[in-house]
Amino acid sequence: MTDQTIAAIATALGEAGIGIVRLSGSTALDIADRIFVTRHGIRPSTLPGYSVRYGRVVDPVTNRTIDEAILLVMRAPRSYTGEDVVEFQCHGGVVVVQRVLEAALREGARLAEPGEFTKRAFLNGRIDLSQAEAVMDVVRSRTEASLAVAVDQLEGSLSRRIGAIREHLYDLVVRVEAVIDYPEDDIPEMEMDEMADVIREGIAELDRLIATADQGKVLREGLKAVITGKPNVGKSSLLNRLLDEQRALVTDIPGTTRDTIEEVLNLKGIPLRLIDTAGIRESVDLVERLGVERAVQLLKEADLIIHVLDGSVPLTSEDFQILARTKDKQRVIVINKSDLPRVWNLSDLPGDDLQGAKVVEISLLEGELDPLVDGIVELVTHGMIREGTSSHAIVTRARHKAALEHAKADLEQALATLEQGLPLDLISVGLQGALEHLGEITGETVRENVIERIFAQFCIGK
Amino acid sequence: MSHKHTRYDVIVVGAGHAGCEAALACARLGKQTALLTFSLENVALMPCNPSIGGSGKAALVREIDALGGEMGKNCDATLMQGRMLNTRKGPAVQSLRVQLDRKFYQRRMKYVLETTPNLFLKEGLVTRLLVENSRAAGVRLRDGTTLYAPVVILATGTYLDSEIHIGDVRYPGAPQGQHPAVELARNLRELLPVVRFKTGTPPRINLRSLDYSKMMKLEGDNPLEGFSFETGSIEIEQVPCWVTYTNEATHAVVQANLHRAALYSGAITGTGPRYCPSIESKVVQFPERTGHQVFVEPEGWQTNEGYLSGLSTSLPAEVQIELLQTIPGLENAEIMRWAYAIEYDCLDPFCLESSLMTKEIAGLFCAGQINGTSGYEEAAAQGIVAGINAVRFLNGQEPITISRSQAYIGVLIDDLVTKGTTEPYRMMTSRAEHRLYLRMDNADARLTPLGYEVGLISEERYAAFTAKQEMIKREVERLKTAPVGGDPATNALLREIGTPELRHGVTLAELLRRPEVSYEQLGMLGELPDLPQTVRRAVEVLVKYEGYLRKQQAAIERFERMEERLLPKDIDYIKLRGLSREAAEKLARIRPRSLGQAARISGVSPADVNVLMIYLETQKRSEK
Repeated sequence: MTDQTIAAIATALGEAGIGIVRLSGSTALDIADRIFVTRHGIRPSTLPGYSVRYGRVVDPVTNRTIDEAILLVMRAPRSYTGEDVVEFQCHGGVVVVQRVLEAALREGARLAEPGEFTKRAFLNGRIDLSQAEAVMDVVRSRTEASLAVAVDQLEGSLSRRIGAIREHLYDLVVRVEAVIDYPEDDIPEMEMDEMADVIREGIAELDRLIATADQGKVLREGLKAVITGKPNVGKSSLLNRLLDEQRALVTDIPGTTRDTIEEVLNLKGIPLRLIDTAGIRESVDLVERLGVERAVQLLKEADLIIHVLDGSVPLTSEDFQILARTKDKQRVIVINKSDLPRVWNLSDLPGDDLQGAKVVEISLLEGELDPLVDGIVELVTHGMIREGTSSHAIVTRARHKAALEHAKADLEQALATLEQGLPLDLISVGLQGALEHLGEITGETVRENVIERIFAQFCIGK
Repeated sequence: MSHKHTRYDVIVVGAGHAGCEAALACARLGKQTALLTFSLENVALMPCNPSIGGSGKAALVREIDALGGEMGKNCDATLMQGRMLNTRKGPAVQSLRVQLDRKFYQRRMKYVLETTPNLFLKEGLVTRLLVENSRAAGVRLRDGTTLYAPVVILATGTYLDSEIHIGDVRYPGAPQGQHPAVELARNLRELLPVVRFKTGTPPRINLRSLDYSKMMKLEGDNPLEGFSFETGSIEIEQVPCWVTYTNEATHAVVQANLHRAALYSGAITGTGPRYCPSIESKVVQFPERTGHQVFVEPEGWQTNEGYLSGLSTSLPAEVQIELLQTIPGLENAEIMRWAYAIEYDCLDPFCLESSLMTKEIAGLFCAGQINGTSGYEEAAAQGIVAGINAVRFLNGQEPITISRSQAYIGVLIDDLVTKGTTEPYRMMTSRAEHRLYLRMDNADARLTPLGYEVGLISEERYAAFTAKQEMIKREVERLKTAPVGGDPATNALLREIGTPELRHGVTLAELLRRPEVSYEQLGMLGELPDLPQTVRRAVEVLVKYEGYLRKQQAAIERFERMEERLLPKDIDYIKLRGLSREAAEKLARIRPRSLGQAARISGVSPADVNVLMIYLETQKRSEK
């Protein structure tokens, strides 16, 4: 098979015991050589089919260990796909599995399309002809599901941020192409310095995007969740219950100030930095307190707000003020004390301020925490990482990240070409390549857009 | 009338640029070919600029030549001026553009046609296409005669039911005062899907009436590298072109008369090309521009007629006069022919296969502007492909398909049959994915083996071609192994060239990769073998840009894998399980030849391509 080696996370993400990253293709073993160190230094590519080895997955750039893992080697044609297959069985946390996948992608694997392992298995004769239709269904449904997720994600900030960088690159490419294709029209040529500046800015912006698209990093550091609410609604008990509930309490983060309590916990594979504002002196009037720089800052920086309300006492202006102040944030509204009689209804809360929030009723004293945990997880992952379903969201993000990285590499190439004083047609290869990689995220056909824009922007032709 | 005069292997309708190449290819490949034209005076007419080449288009002309076509040679023999454009912008986009003597170009092409064995050039107006059992059978002419052939190539240009607009005046007509093909257009509308396009031309003036002191002179390159690989260098006395600019006064005239321009009054409904805008479009769409270029191009050695490139318009005659009065140098210009816009019927190219044969009527091929393109080069490129495939159809051979990664001709035809077109299609280098490989300098390496295989390249020419390739290869190898530098004498010479000194020895190839070092300069460091200019140029490009070219080659190989996976013609897409409805309908209509082509159709998603892949595999296995 001359097709490129593909890689994907083969297990559902979440709190599963192990996470498997699977590679298939002619270079699967070469990639394994570069990112897996067996205990006795045996190169994976020298292993026979159906070998199992214990060792470490390492980051080929930093040489740091990503995880201890078990390596499974299957050789063509005796594998699921009929190609050389390598599996890394890792410890299963989202972070780890994601990083193992990224290492494989960095070493030359391509992220598998949805259903591609099954497709290859079929194309290589490993699946019976009678199953062809079933294969088709798998491929189609997975592709569509992932497309739906991709569209969801595109409505988010990534597409907006790509939007800006795309526009700059389009401007550049369109000018370059117009000058090339209409040499006799008096289109002002771009100065090389100006061009280099635009490319450098593009690279810098891509770096920023890659950093934020780097889910591994976000997850390593944890999402910042701030617990807020007026005094005595149960904030501290919420924190304690969550910590009790979770086995995976990690550490106190050193250096945090005394007036907030910050804990890191693992909620179904999602690391959360939980910050309890109860630490801020409660004797001070809440309204005033919200004016306190630090508290405001905390709310502003939060990735997620957990707002606790007391269902057993009437709502006060403090509750409404917090609601209004946090309405642009991802929020879980916890209505505590469901064991006591309710004195107000959901409809008493201002609808405008409640938009997009996840509302959970609970008793922190005796009730199950599951609804709250699920609510948090669902909000954080936009409902995209669910137990038992495939890991579309993560995979789509990995795809985006790979596209961003490829785009950056292309821009770097364009810049190097330009700096060497090479001509425009060579520079344009990198520029167009970068745009095409960004187009993979937005799903657009770059070539035609460039031509459209040439005509829209320049008065050309005779 | 004996059979000899009514029965042919191939009938080509229209002797424009597409028709000429198509007929020549058929006749040269041994088929009895009738080439029909309205008027023998108008063979190979250039109704627009007397100019060929330019970005993207120059590569097309080279490719036609590499396949064994005539356009390049005809240009080289009849040009009045030529320039290599984009010389500083890189090897892939350098393009030759020549000014031609319009009449001389026509006369020479006509003579080539007349003297080509098996080719019968005839005057006649075709009124009807004969189709029997969905197969082409011949054509009926206005003079009452009928010609029979199993293959008909339609190359009717802009003549189908064409209408001329000069401002608010309109009448049925065709370029150069000719007549439209009204009956044939009506006939084709019954057979094939038709759309309506428009294009326009500027006024022609008498060159004696211009004030050259107010314009900028544009000289050509002398000597000039010809279009044809067989021409070599051209050294003739060239004529200059002139440049002037419109100004705000010009634009005011346009604005004041916009309501009388056919384009803006609603009289023209056809779609015009964006790259060839009329002066009224330029003024309306780019109001911030205070001036637009106008090129004065001479039409021939023996005429004083000149072409005002850039001033194409649908404004009325008296406004055209007023317009010229505002432009420096043209104030007193005598207009000899009015500018006009022309509307015409052409086919929706979705009705074509990549071979340029229609899907519905076997043996009916179409080439040139009838397929929705614009430009002489685009037309000729389709003409030679249609001609070659017509012959292969007659011989029962598979058609040739030129890939997008192989030539601009491939990009052109693939774009047409896969994406269709909503405006007259013009080639641009930006349309090609693998532009670094699709260069003018290597068109022979890309296509001459194919031309030889189909039979349009003679043994003699092929031998010269292989010898040239051998020379290139050997010289590249020599440069890669020949050591240079490290000594004071060489460093002194390097300083003279203006490139940093070498601390230790490298190969000549490594030195040549420095952007500031040219192949010719290597001659200062040691004797260069005596090689033709074209070989030197090719060597320089191959060595200098090797890294980029190798990357491009890898991309081409990936691209070709999908192109090589052919889709059977008889797939019932509508019934194929798993395809989206939009994809199924588009696939059924376009019937792509390969998986790669299918993937380029708008509305066909990666999931649909997967379904096709799985379908192909099931077919393959059930055949076993």
